Formats: sequence, structure tokens, C-alpha cells
Amino acid sequence: MYLGQVIGTVVCERKYQGLEGKRLLIVQPVDHRGQPSGPPEVAVDAVSARQKDLVYLVGAREASLALEPSFVPVDSAIVGLVDAVDA
Amino acid sequence: MTLCKVLGTVTATAKHAAFFGRRLMVVQPVDEGGNAIGASFIAVDHTSSAGPRDLVLVLREGNGVRQLLKDKTLPIRSMIVGVVDEVAV
Repeated sequence: MYLGQVIGTVVCERKYQGLEGKRLLIVQPVDHRGQPSGPPEVAVDAVSARQKDLVYLVGAREASLALEPSFVPVDSAIVGLVDAVDA
Repeated sequence: MTLCKVLGTVTATAKHAAFFGRRLMVVQPVDEGGNAIGASFIAVDHTSSAGPRDLVLVLREGNGVRQLLKDKTLPIRSMIVGVVDEVAV
């Protein structure tokens, strides 16, 4: 899992079955100091994140497990809104 | 599994139900000499005893996590599974 900051939204009218109604957000992965680490990515939102929110994400197969139904083609999911990073 | 140093904790109130009641830590991969290698990431603490500056063993593979926690539906991919006492090379 990793930290990220929400920097935008993606709208897809047509998407894979099971992804209807799911929000897609552009997230910049960041380290514990809030510094960008790696390129931005599109993540599916499981916790109602908003623009500029600091969030944490899960990648790969586990991303689809964050959704209902769980067998959907996503490889990055926002699974928590971060209140504080004490590091 | 990877050796990591615990940098601190992450608090999150609104989160996926799979994370309720679990401690989230920021960890930094390190080599056998304790030098940082690679980017920090977030891991769930399964030992319940890891704290800042501890050297820990981190599992970075979701299927192992699901087997350990006995739940096939968990969207958790990295977990602290041991607190390291000593590394001999």
C-alpha cells in the first residue's frame, strides 16, 4: 500500500461491467513527506475521496478486492482517507 | 519478504472496512546494513508491537496476507510480520 494525493478526476461513460458508478480519480503517489514518488495514476475510489485529499491506496490484485463486485479490472484503489502521517 | 525500518504511523478514520482496527505504519525498505533503498510505503502491522525505528520483516504479497488473516476478501497487500532482533551477513 502507498500514500497518494488526489489531483483530478477521470470520466468514462463506457466502462467494464462492474465498474458502473465507480469514481475514477487521478492520484499522485507521494512518500511519507508528501513528496511525489513516481508518475500519477488512475485509481478507483472506494472511500469518497475529494480533490487534494491525502489518501492511501492498494495496488495490483488487491485493488479489485476493495470493490463490490470484487472481480473487476482495476489495479489501483483508494482505500483510506489519511488524517495524519506521523513519520 | 523485505527488511524495512518503521518510520512512523498513519491515521485514517474513513477507510475500507478491511482496515478497521488495524495499525498502519509507514515503512522504508533497507538493505542488510540498514541503509534506505527504495521508496517508503504503508503496511499493516500484524505483530501489534512494531514501533518507530524498529527493523521489521514485511510481506508484500496479498495472497499471503489473506492466508495469515484467514479472510479471502481482504484488499491488503503489505503487512509487517516480524520484528527483527538481529541481521548477520
